[in-house]
Amino acid sequence: MRPTSPTTTNSDMNDSTAAKPSLIELALTFNHISLASFGGGLSAWSREVVVVEKKWMSEEEFLSILTMCRILPGANQVNVAIFVGAKFLGWPGAVAAVFGLTFLPAVLILLMGAAYFKYNHIPALQSTLKGAAAGAIALTFSMAFKTGQKCLLGAIPFVLFAATFFLNGILRWPLFGVLALTGPLALLWAWPKSPNK
Amino acid sequence: MKDEGSNLIHILLLFSSLSLLSIGGGNTVIPEMHRKAVDTYSWMSGNQFADLFAISQAAPGPSILLVTLVGYKAAGIVGAILATVAMILPSGILVYLVSRLWGRSANSPLRLAIERGFAPLTVALVLASGWVMSKAADHDWRAWILTSICTLLCTTTKTNPILIVGGAALIGWLGWV
Repeated sequence: MRPTSPTTTNSDMNDSTAAKPSLIELALTFNHISLASFGGGLSAWSREVVVVEKKWMSEEEFLSILTMCRILPGANQVNVAIFVGAKFLGWPGAVAAVFGLTFLPAVLILLMGAAYFKYNHIPALQSTLKGAAAGAIALTFSMAFKTGQKCLLGAIPFVLFAATFFLNGILRWPLFGVLALTGPLALLWAWPKSPNK
Repeated sequence: MKDEGSNLIHILLLFSSLSLLSIGGGNTVIPEMHRKAVDTYSWMSGNQFADLFAISQAAPGPSILLVTLVGYKAAGIVGAILATVAMILPSGILVYLVSRLWGRSANSPLRLAIERGFAPLTVALVLASGWVMSKAADHDWRAWILTSICTLLCTTTKTNPILIVGGAALIGWLGWV
């Protein structure tokens, strides 16, 4: 089914396939991701940049990190920035990525907040945001389709996918309840069979 | 407004504890944040909190920047900075430690199983978050048409996503959705 995984491309720290970014590049990249996410869709934006554009992580590594970042405390995208930053440059990399992700948006949101407390609403914002949200939701759906094409091959992963979506999206179970149920099943399915490494 | 010094201490204690409690993402602690900011400390009214929440959802950047706004209302710019750092630092240190473990276990069976096994779950959670966002944004049929067209463009063409979201924002600004 899946191509017998090219595990030779060691995805640990001395990975030489993607050039190691500098602190400034990390900060600028996450700043770019963050500012682009006007209206939402931050996960889709980080995948677009980290996996597709910069090739800093493989699709599988990024997806698994994304779910771990949801389970761990803290905002998901801050956690993703920490994972990516730390992968390349340790804690300074994590700090640079988080700083890039949050600094300018924090300034912007303060300006918006100040305007809100002054005028009690922000002119023309509501309708613009409604449009932007429609676009951001589209980006999120599209990420699900694109990544789904690659990893929903076969009945078992599809059932895991459908059950997780149904419980979390439709029944609105809290994340922990959902993953307590589907997580162990997924690990059982994916556990390496033979000592293949 | 109450005296700023005690507000700063409340901000520090509240957000650094919410930071570690925010298991499953920042949005899980919003009810507790609401209770403290509105009822316990009277930093703002319930309506104001709801409006700040809406701003933080739509503004660029992580939606947890809601705490920046709450801190700002409670104690000005210093409060905003303190709230943001207090919300990020405790959980951030924990996540950093986990990411170190992850980096060191490149070929362990657990990491291989997580990488392969969590992928279908993540796709489902991403789809669910898009679905939940559309519910929260009160999507009517016009917004759904716009979302469908954008999804199609984004999935089947190589259009730059900035153009897609920017175009959708423009359509919203013109009042067409």
